[in-house]
Amino acid sequence: MLDDFFLRALLAGLGLAAVTGPLGSFVVWRRIAYFGDSMAHAAILGVAISLAFGMSIYAGTLAVAIAMALLVSALVARGQVMDTMLGVLAHAALAIGLVAISFVPSARSDLAGFLFGDVLAVGWTDLALIWGGGALVLGLLAWRWQRLVTATVNEELAMAAGIDPRLERLILSLALAVVVALAIRVVGSLLISAMLIVPAAAARGLAATPERMAALAALIAAASVAAGLWASLHLDSPAGPSIVAAATLFFIIGQVFRRG
Amino acid sequence: MRRMRRRGAGMSALIEARGLTIHRPGSAETVLRDVDFRIDPQEIVTVVGPNGSGKSSLVRALLGHMPLAAGHVARRPGLRIGYVPQRVQIDTAMPMTVRRFLSLPRRINDAEARTALERTGVHGIDRRQLAQLSGGQFQRVLLARALLHRPHLLVLDEPTQGLDQPGIVAFYQLIADLRRDTGAAVLMVSHDLLVVMRASDRVVCLNGHVCCEGTPEHVSTAPAYRALFGAEAQGALALYRHHHDHAHDDGCLADDGRGHAARTHHA
Repeated sequence: MLDDFFLRALLAGLGLAAVTGPLGSFVVWRRIAYFGDSMAHAAILGVAISLAFGMSIYAGTLAVAIAMALLVSALVARGQVMDTMLGVLAHAALAIGLVAISFVPSARSDLAGFLFGDVLAVGWTDLALIWGGGALVLGLLAWRWQRLVTATVNEELAMAAGIDPRLERLILSLALAVVVALAIRVVGSLLISAMLIVPAAAARGLAATPERMAALAALIAAASVAAGLWASLHLDSPAGPSIVAAATLFFIIGQVFRRG
Repeated sequence: MRRMRRRGAGMSALIEARGLTIHRPGSAETVLRDVDFRIDPQEIVTVVGPNGSGKSSLVRALLGHMPLAAGHVARRPGLRIGYVPQRVQIDTAMPMTVRRFLSLPRRINDAEARTALERTGVHGIDRRQLAQLSGGQFQRVLLARALLHRPHLLVLDEPTQGLDQPGIVAFYQLIADLRRDTGAAVLMVSHDLLVVMRASDRVVCLNGHVCCEGTPEHVSTAPAYRALFGAEAQGALALYRHHHDHAHDDGCLADDGRGHAARTHHA
């Protein structure tokens, strides 16, 4: 029953889950859900650019997501209100991306795939990129873990320990951009931030330390991928939304068993 | 005039700053102008001043967290500083036990953690979540973390914010005990005038510049200080009259020849 395409989809989803667990935890800890959202929505613009110029959608989405992160940092540094600005940028990026993609005839029929993911169409090359990129991000997080966690807890405590909070913030932004690019095939532009936030939120009430929350979030994300793909196969539901729906179910269960 | 000799001793200072001028980040607005500051081993120095007087900016500049517009800061080579910043808040979005927090960013063993928590009077709370601690417990955990690496100097920015009066008194008693037991100097920023001044060897009154400095009793009688703090200063003065029946002759900035009254006019 494990056909080739299904196995690839499962491996792609699990590879992504391993990264979105820990990285999504940072998104939750730092309350930057909207920041992740604006990068993810910008990915649609990246897809349009990639298709128009005939380059890899991974390169296009990565470039646009990084540009978005830098734009946000620059505007915040100029004193803009973060929340409002992200509200503008996230929707602007999505709208402009959708307009841009309408000018690329080859992309129009695949639009739903880019918005909600098309994990069952993932090829071996995609799989290699997802696992390679995922390993890179995980390695980066593991290497800087103590510094990232300290800077997230309190920037002044971090500075007193010789840590540059701006550098750690930049590293998280770059990691986020890479994950957005990796996730576009699996869950699509609109559901990337759900893959980051929902498993981490589900793990929050069940964990006592940052490490346990990150690991638990990865496990919940992996279980969501498996459950979502199972539903997709047996109920013929769309794979990306099924994965996020499964994660939401875990979130609800997590709320019931929350620590005091 | 013992104080004057110490100020002139030169090499022994933990931190010595000369002519510090600091601008608000991203603007040309001056927060602090031409401030001289030093702290010696085992000394408890408190910086007092109204809101926006540049107290926290001074601390950050001394720690090297803030660019200087002018002047320079010399920290003794190899100086280890334990720092408790102002208004640390642990976001409830992040699960964090007391024990895990003590291992940030350098991992420590359980014995080190236990010793530090015992020293600040909060042993046995290792497994509690930071977000569930009371304000007083949390300050003591921050203090325990600051003590972990045997600091020569503790820097505490408004450490008693949010504590009630008995909590404040107990906290300053703890600071005095820690200085006695560990030999660490203490630099505090505070606006608990009444209590903090009693716990200090030297008080620096700040309002964009150094208004006056000296022993607690001297500062509390200085016109510049009383002009800044008004009625509250009267209370502090009464407290000193009550607790000190002998005279102090330590000069207020007398050693560098600049009277506090003259400096106040520059403000």
